[in-house]
Amino acid sequence: MRVALFLTCVNDTLYPETGRAVVKLLTRLGVEVDFPMAQTCCGQAHYNTGYRHEAEPLARHFSDVFGEYEAIVTPSGSCGAMVRELYPRMGERARAEGRGDSLAATLAPVVPKTYELTEFLVDVLGVTDVGAYYPHQVTYHPTCHGLRGLGLGDRPRRLLQAVKGLELVELPGAEECCGFGGTFALKNADVSAAMGADKVRNAESTGAEVLCAADNSCLMHIGGTMTRLSSGMRPVHIAEILASTEEEPAV
Amino acid sequence: MSGTFVGMPAFPKAAHEAVNNPTLRGNLRHATHTIRAKRATAVAELTDWAALREAGKRIKDHTLRHLDRYLEQLEASVTAAGGIVHWASDADEANRIVAGLVKATGESEVVKVKSMATQEIGLNEALEAEGIRAYETDLAELIVQLGKDRPSHILVPAIHRNRGEIRDIFEHEMSEWGRPAPDGLTDTPAELAEAARLHLREKFLRAKVGISGANFMVAETGTLVVVESEGNGRMCLTLPETLISVVGIEKIVPAWRDLEVFLQTLPRSSTAERMNPYTSTWTGTTDGDGPRTFHLVLLDNGRTDTLADEVGRQALRCIRCSACLNVCPVYERAGGHAYGSVYPGPIGAILSPQLRGTASEIDASLPYASSLCGACYEVCPVAIDIPEVLVHLRERVVEGGPVTREGNKVVLQPAKGHAAERAAMRAARWAFTRPGALRTGQRLASRTRRLHPRTLPGPGKAWSGSRDLPPVPAEPFRDWWQRTQGGKGGAK
Repeated sequence: MRVALFLTCVNDTLYPETGRAVVKLLTRLGVEVDFPMAQTCCGQAHYNTGYRHEAEPLARHFSDVFGEYEAIVTPSGSCGAMVRELYPRMGERARAEGRGDSLAATLAPVVPKTYELTEFLVDVLGVTDVGAYYPHQVTYHPTCHGLRGLGLGDRPRRLLQAVKGLELVELPGAEECCGFGGTFALKNADVSAAMGADKVRNAESTGAEVLCAADNSCLMHIGGTMTRLSSGMRPVHIAEILASTEEEPAV
Repeated sequence: MSGTFVGMPAFPKAAHEAVNNPTLRGNLRHATHTIRAKRATAVAELTDWAALREAGKRIKDHTLRHLDRYLEQLEASVTAAGGIVHWASDADEANRIVAGLVKATGESEVVKVKSMATQEIGLNEALEAEGIRAYETDLAELIVQLGKDRPSHILVPAIHRNRGEIRDIFEHEMSEWGRPAPDGLTDTPAELAEAARLHLREKFLRAKVGISGANFMVAETGTLVVVESEGNGRMCLTLPETLISVVGIEKIVPAWRDLEVFLQTLPRSSTAERMNPYTSTWTGTTDGDGPRTFHLVLLDNGRTDTLADEVGRQALRCIRCSACLNVCPVYERAGGHAYGSVYPGPIGAILSPQLRGTASEIDASLPYASSLCGACYEVCPVAIDIPEVLVHLRERVVEGGPVTREGNKVVLQPAKGHAAERAAMRAARWAFTRPGALRTGQRLASRTRRLHPRTLPGPGKAWSGSRDLPPVPAEPFRDWWQRTQGGKGGAK
């Protein structure tokens, strides 16, 4: 099976190790991965800040770049939700504005074949034990758009529970937002920071070494809060845990 | 609005104080988490919750679609049952009507059932200007009124107060309004409730005019419905000679049988009860029982304008349960006052900028008072997609566009204070439609990474005031991919 990796602009720029982990993991599972070099950004930050019309060319670009692939895999719940939930809505809004079906028709092909990484593993490949090894105590934070937008449910937990050596510890208040929220983190910095500090306190109370999530933008906020609060914990993307093996362990 | 990169609008300023008030944070956290957990249990008991939610949504959508017809039907049924119907297009008109009706009775005081609509229009203040004193009789509203405070929650308006604060308010303020608090009042709930009961009892027995809102109005029969927990509402609805109800036009349901849905979803969503203790229904007037005169003031106040917006109109489905407030992580930390409206929390953030427009600083900032986590949508018993409306209203703020104000189509200009943000968004769009430009930017960031500070000056403090910046990697992923041909042969 040949799939396109939609890494997202944030991961491409700031978290290349997550991208390398996805490539390693999927290759190990027999998937042929391509990274279309023309990919950029899904347009989520534009759309969610109120610049829907600025997001439209980015969505069209996404569709041009990824339209030909069998499946599109992304290690981000929120960018996955952008494509799956909000691209159809952008098409509807353009239609309601009297601009015809062109946008809806352009975006329609990529919507059903875009998968968040854990969905792709569990639903498409049908695996929960990916042969990973990660001898650490881990707590898992389900990020909002993956949890409530895509409905990832217990897929990430099932994947983590099957990892050899990994001890999964429940996170109190797991389903509460970490406070990132894209431009919310800047526009409402006080509230965002208070939410982040509460998330970090809850994570610390588990005694785990690692806070795992399936979205690096949330982890950027949580991790930045952790280092500021001199927490001993570190944030790790789920792809890096699942890519880790006994032969090539991640730290 | 300042001209900083992201704009620093009013909600953040108002929230700043609350976030840094440990007592308030503690009160809010305790109250919202308690009711949040209880609601989840009460909802989980019903196997058909999803179907009830869908039914509630459909009943409301159908009613709103045919609101003109149902309003006329309601007017006819209420009139036939002996009530008198008044129409108020805005707050001033509604206040004038109510003040006129009270004056016509010759009375100078009224008792009130808790009502969001009358708070929305500032009725108490309008009546006071006419020499009429309005007594709030809901326990929490009484606390707010005695404390010269503002409500901070739809269902529990004094949620920001703890027992000690309430005791102090009762002890110091009750005597100004009527029967003083008993000597030696402590902060035990039973004593506080008894003090309120004694204080209110004399008002119930004396009042000749009652003022209420309503949770539902049944178009078919002309019946109004108030659901409550304390019984103060039942007193106000039955004891006075004249009853005046001020109700938003969106509160209609077509038929009596529609209540079957909402009388299940409302109490479970709001107080986490299977059934609320008091459900009062009345249809016009009845000889020898209850008020002899009944006036219904139907309030528009921006609702018809809201109805004209095809995305935003879903906010009019709201049954004021406040489940969205109780799950909202932003409300929990910012408190209700920061929303600058009687409708706080997520529902307030989409209602206020629609009912009042987005011209003021606070209203233009409310659509941003959310991380878009979606917890509000998940618990909403009428499935209002609050994040969808928030984003829609953000678009209205930054892009402007066509809206309906006071019944007229107007085109809004983009709000001020977003110029830098707009330029940044355009620049990002430009770069993101040109992979080469993105790559140039990424390489520049990577090659200068040792020069990057851990914190940022100026507007960047919004991030780095509380969070470290992530380190920039030595190369972006796409360079690694190209260099190693996708990591072929285990290349690093």
